[in-house]
Amino acid sequence: MTSVPIGAASVTDAHDPHATSTGLDNKKIAIWAFIGSECMLFASLISTYLIYKGRSKVGPFPHEVWTDPMTGQKMKAILNIPVTSASTFVLLMSSLAMVLALAAVQHKNVPKRTTGERILGSSQLWLMMTALLGITFLGFQAYEFTSFVHEGLTIRTNLFGSSFFTLTGFHGAHVTAGVIWLLTLFAIDRKRGLGPRDEVNVDIAALYWHFVDVVWIAIFTLVYLIQ
Amino acid sequence: MATIAANPPHAYADDAHSGVWSWLATVDHKRIGTLYLFTALFFFMVGGLEAEIIRAQLQGPNGKLVSAEVYNQLFTMHGTTMIFLAIMPLSAAFFNFLIPLQIGARDVAFPRLNAFSYWVYLLGGIFINVSWLIHAAPDGGWFGYAPLTTRPFSPGMNIDFWVLGLQILGVSSLAAGFNFITTIINMRAPGMNLMRMPMFTWAAFVTQFLIVLAFPVITIALVFLMFDRFFGTQFYEVAAGADPLLWQHLFWVFGHPEVYILILPAFGLVSEVVPTYSKKPIFGYPVMVFSLILIAFLGFGVWAHHMFAVGMGPVADTVFGVTTMLIAIPTGVKIFNWLATMHGGSLRFTTAMLFAIGLVAFFTIGGLSGVMHASPPADLQQTDTYFIVAHFHYVLFGGSMMGIFAGIYHYFPKFSGRLLSEGLGKAHFWLMAIGMNLTFFPMHFSGLLGMPRRIYRYDAGQGWDGFNLASSIGAYILGVGMIIFVWNVIKSWRSGQVAGNDPWGAPTLEWMIPSPPPEYNFARIPVVTSRYPLWDMKQPQLTAEVPHTAHGDRAVQVDIAGKDAGTPHPKTAGSGTRPAESGPHIETESFTARQLGIPMPDPTIKPLITALGMCIMLCAPLFMHHAQMMEAAGNAAAQKSAMTMFWVIALGGAALMVASLYNWLLTPLESHHPHATE
Repeated sequence: MTSVPIGAASVTDAHDPHATSTGLDNKKIAIWAFIGSECMLFASLISTYLIYKGRSKVGPFPHEVWTDPMTGQKMKAILNIPVTSASTFVLLMSSLAMVLALAAVQHKNVPKRTTGERILGSSQLWLMMTALLGITFLGFQAYEFTSFVHEGLTIRTNLFGSSFFTLTGFHGAHVTAGVIWLLTLFAIDRKRGLGPRDEVNVDIAALYWHFVDVVWIAIFTLVYLIQ
Repeated sequence: MATIAANPPHAYADDAHSGVWSWLATVDHKRIGTLYLFTALFFFMVGGLEAEIIRAQLQGPNGKLVSAEVYNQLFTMHGTTMIFLAIMPLSAAFFNFLIPLQIGARDVAFPRLNAFSYWVYLLGGIFINVSWLIHAAPDGGWFGYAPLTTRPFSPGMNIDFWVLGLQILGVSSLAAGFNFITTIINMRAPGMNLMRMPMFTWAAFVTQFLIVLAFPVITIALVFLMFDRFFGTQFYEVAAGADPLLWQHLFWVFGHPEVYILILPAFGLVSEVVPTYSKKPIFGYPVMVFSLILIAFLGFGVWAHHMFAVGMGPVADTVFGVTTMLIAIPTGVKIFNWLATMHGGSLRFTTAMLFAIGLVAFFTIGGLSGVMHASPPADLQQTDTYFIVAHFHYVLFGGSMMGIFAGIYHYFPKFSGRLLSEGLGKAHFWLMAIGMNLTFFPMHFSGLLGMPRRIYRYDAGQGWDGFNLASSIGAYILGVGMIIFVWNVIKSWRSGQVAGNDPWGAPTLEWMIPSPPPEYNFARIPVVTSRYPLWDMKQPQLTAEVPHTAHGDRAVQVDIAGKDAGTPHPKTAGSGTRPAESGPHIETESFTARQLGIPMPDPTIKPLITALGMCIMLCAPLFMHHAQMMEAAGNAAAQKSAMTMFWVIALGGAALMVASLYNWLLTPLESHHPHATE
């Protein structure tokens, strides 16, 4: 070792997160770049939905009653805003649970004195809560999709069906990926406990989760609320 | 030259770093860059062969070499191959190899993700080209206009291969984009503030933003097409009320930024080559940076100039015509800055410099014809004729490929440790320059005389015969030039002249370390105090007029070995000293990373397995199409077995991908950390 010319301790370690140019972890920069890219993905989907709004030749339609000229069958406006408002509320609450999960991981080493502090400081509880709320949202979506199919709207029926199922389906797939991510974090937490050193790993999951939530707010407003 | 036969240092020679396995499991950005380079050159030859067949078919009137069906496949695969499998990955070869070296880093931010990007690219390239074997290569043009590419009009598997292959390749580009953005933002050596970054790194940086913002749009356009073809959605079904322009808008929102994804890296390479062989700092560095950013920004607002002929109305035509003309301004600034860099310099006409000058000259011709059809009335005369073919080959061949060849001749010694032969290189350049102009310049005339694109034969006596013959002769000359180039690469890789650290007297960090660089790149991470650290050291007179600012040094909080390394450059500070321990230095001695105590990521096969799983999964829809065919034919048994295959392949591929991905993510990058054990 004496022939080695340079003391390793003086070398800036390229993989040491504290040595990065910005001081931020690489994963944090990457997730923001990823979210930027995802914005364009959902922008394309939402634009297509809006461009095709009102262009379908046959029903069912999202906000208007439609009578089939061939059979005389009457089809009601298909979007169920009260039910979707409930599922939107559930997804928004999941973001709150996510914030609490991240805070619990960050403050894992702070001593907890009261029952309230112990509940707020349980990262497992809040990770599982976030995942369960996400699963509940997916349950609402599964109910919505099956009831639409029963009412005669499939992905092949008309332009509304194609663009609606593709847009909300893509969002649902993102929620599903998020749920799997959260359950993985939960499993790791069960196995060895997540602490402040894992902060960035929970933080990027949280950023992703909040992003998926924000996208839903855009979808709920543009697809469901604006007629 | 007694050293010709000697081996350059650490040419991947020791046991742990040779053999096929070491390449399959590599996470070293330099090896991945080398893999990209040779794979992309291979696909460039494939795309070139397709072009040669096209030119042989069009050599004279009523060509009989290929049928109309094969001709459609040839021009589609020529475009798709050259854009997605040749030029983009050639740029990616330089991104991989150069970005960490130019910013003074030991690797990219996510070395395993980097390997994943390469394997996805390789498998995607193979996937698309396998279609040739079953005589069903994509045949809808590289732009794949829907509704033409929907199932009723393109019933075969041709477009299925194209749609799925492009989705695979998009994953590769996006993953690489996130990786390089993070690398450039976060992995710069101390003192390497943004306005000290080499021009190539800047071009690469801007290109990554174009990739991550443009590729999701084509992903969605392709998803719609895939759903239309496989699941019966109606996105491009005009009878159901769909807008026949939806695909065109989505495609060109991606497609025009894609043009800049293809050209900006070549601009970056030329911006490295021209100053080195002019022995002058680049003229107007900040303007060069801002013009890159402006080109990228404007590049998102011009897409509909590809659609003037569809009748969007005077307002849209005017807006897109004007924004298109505006792009000529930052592009023209770059051309003039290269000229100003050469002006008054002591020029060395090496092969790399010749190719760089080739870009400046030929890209300008393509740029000028681009401004011509930025005007909608002129475009209506030129659209869908060979005039357009001439235009985009001047910018892509005369621009991108000339720049990439300049980069290859300039950086080959860094890749291999050996120089390419200058004699063969100059023969290659002149054959390329003559062949390119002979091929593409006559297309301006055949186009203006009305020869449409994408016709597989034409009658004599329309005034096109001579121009087409000239184009074909030019294409054959290009073929000869490429054979010489391949020979040069093979010969020089084995027995070229040993290069040493810095064969060209270049100014940036990658030239201060051995060629090829050791696995850890820099034994000591350099502390950067100017844009041209090597010239400051070796030829300070060259940088006397370059501003050496201290801007940003404080912000990076540089503190190495107890010294504040962010000391302003001596030229402005007047102290005349540089921190002795940490300033730029020439590294010659080579040690292993273990000897130096530098933690290196472990080699791993998991990115390859993950990529394989993903590609297997995306093969599954081909069987679904087969099942639909069998169902239409009333063959229930065959339909059932095809659907079984679909599920086996889809779920098997997905399981492989997910299992490998979990295994990858739960394994640390480095198995041991020397600092921890000390």
